[in-house]
Amino acid sequence: MRLNGRFGRFGGAYVPEILVPALEQLEGAFLDAQDDPAFASELNGLLANYAGRPTPLTQCRNLPGNIYLKREDLLHGGAHKTNQVLGQGLLAKRMGKTRLIAETGAGQHGVATAIVGALLGFETVIYMGTDDVERQKLNVFRMELMGAKVVPIESGGRTLKDAINEALRDWSASFETTHYLLGTAAGPHPFPTMVREFQRIVGREARAQMLEQLGRLPDAVVACVGGGSNAIGLFADFIEDDVRLIGVEAAGKGLDGADHGATLLRGSAGILHGAESYVLQDSDGQIADTWSVSAGLDYPAVGPEHAHLKDSGRAEYVGATDAEALAAFKALAEGEGILCAFESAHALAHALKLAEAEPDSAILVGLSGRGDKDVAQAQALLA
Amino acid sequence: MSRYEAMFERLAAREEGAFGAFVMLGDPDLATSTRLLDAVVEGGADMLEVGIPFSDPVADGPIIQAAAQRALAAGAKVSDCFDLLARFRHRHPKVPVGILTYANIVMARPGFMRDAADAGVDSLLIGDVPSLEAEPFARAMEQAGIEPVLIAAANAPDAALRRIARLSKAYTYCVSRAGITGTHAGGQFDSQLIRRLQAAGAPAPVFGFGISRPEHVRAALSTGAKGVICGSAIVDAAARGEDVTELVRSLKAATRERLGAAMN
Repeated sequence: MRLNGRFGRFGGAYVPEILVPALEQLEGAFLDAQDDPAFASELNGLLANYAGRPTPLTQCRNLPGNIYLKREDLLHGGAHKTNQVLGQGLLAKRMGKTRLIAETGAGQHGVATAIVGALLGFETVIYMGTDDVERQKLNVFRMELMGAKVVPIESGGRTLKDAINEALRDWSASFETTHYLLGTAAGPHPFPTMVREFQRIVGREARAQMLEQLGRLPDAVVACVGGGSNAIGLFADFIEDDVRLIGVEAAGKGLDGADHGATLLRGSAGILHGAESYVLQDSDGQIADTWSVSAGLDYPAVGPEHAHLKDSGRAEYVGATDAEALAAFKALAEGEGILCAFESAHALAHALKLAEAEPDSAILVGLSGRGDKDVAQAQALLA
Repeated sequence: MSRYEAMFERLAAREEGAFGAFVMLGDPDLATSTRLLDAVVEGGADMLEVGIPFSDPVADGPIIQAAAQRALAAGAKVSDCFDLLARFRHRHPKVPVGILTYANIVMARPGFMRDAADAGVDSLLIGDVPSLEAEPFARAMEQAGIEPVLIAAANAPDAALRRIARLSKAYTYCVSRAGITGTHAGGQFDSQLIRRLQAAGAPAPVFGFGISRPEHVRAALSTGAKGVICGSAIVDAAARGEDVTELVRSLKAATRERLGAAMN
């Protein structure tokens, strides 16, 4: 490896030896591409003319306080995921791979991978827990419409974590022809660094837009954290600024019980899916089952850079419960006419608390995805 | 002399390859897996690999995954595994025993290496710690008196093989081709990997992954490897209620054929 792949004590590449050459090849391709103007030009062209960048920054008119929304919900595919699947898709091409594999929970990353598979001409296989396949039938059909094959996973808890296990197993046998298009800023090096760099555009645009619209930087930047790709992308260009960075985890049914996905708030140091980070686990090191109303935050580990930002004190991490997220989802719909993803509603829920305490603060919220995928669930929960 | 050294020396004198049997501790319960350890030794296993179950075993195929899940569902704890191993060591003072598990299990228990050593364990292989990340783990093992075992894959570049050779102590766990446990190598074992490891000064190379029949054992040993480890086939046979002692006996018999000729 050319980079050390660590964020303080966290990160690394904890994978079976057989996968190390595949990670080294990926790191090499990523670093070479960073120095290649032709790569940047192709990626920026796709981001602008295919995906619809830049996305708008919207100042809320009716919600309390002074809240600005970075509108990744308006990106093609419906979430920030598209930014980085385009980047990784082009890298896979550079490496001469012909097949993409990916994991998905609710289906958003699976859909994003199916998009890039169709666009760039890859055979695409998506691993998805059987429970999630059942819950997200419409997204499964979306992926299939774009030519991807969805493989239901029966093992373990039959959700996102098990889909990642299965994708890693596939990759152990297939890396010569296959790129594992990991969906978040977690996993072994170089994924956390690479995904951050491909998502950095979110914060870079938002920072410039804040300066343009408000004339200054925001007081706080708030984003939801599951694996952490949308948050790290939004935070990255604000790290050196005097701006509060706040990550919002899924507090589920409450942080006092076991039904949450608050890895940084309730987990401890461990190694899962290739990286040392915070992990929700029992005293023997067995990985815990998690819960969140939003499938995208229902994950027992977190990207290693967030673990470091927490321990170094540069970012703060808080929780929002299912109920708080649903209330924020409803408030945004009623107040601003925007249906956001349940994941993004966690960030908004905390921003609303902050706005109440500090009405004069300018708060930038990462609205990471649109809510279409959650409408049926919202109907059941809010009716 | 370590138990591994004594075993390899004894087998070399008899021109035999080592036969390693893998058992998942706690599968389907502690008592049954205790009996299974005795059964594979009775069948002639020269060394044991024991799995401490982990909830998310990414290097394992469906058979070993299912075994880990059964063990965890039955409530197997890491401390139970150490107790079971300590009792095994009491019954079988000479059989080398190595643990195969995952990094999070090791990290979660301060003193894991010391507890393993106290239970009479000889070596530790951590499936998701490649040689790049292995240095601090290997140091902790050696301080506790446990020998590190690393996996050498056929696709590893020379620099990685040199690192693996330097860090591995008990033996080198060789993987011929890409994939996870239970992957059938179709009788193909890479003799070039064995030569490269020998050139790098690695400890005794032993092939794992895809050993389920006597012809696999013969093919693996014909590369110059010093032994084989059979995992999924034993776990599968035990889960089906088949005679595991007999299976081990038939595979062990294949280690007695022509090893001397192949090595020279």
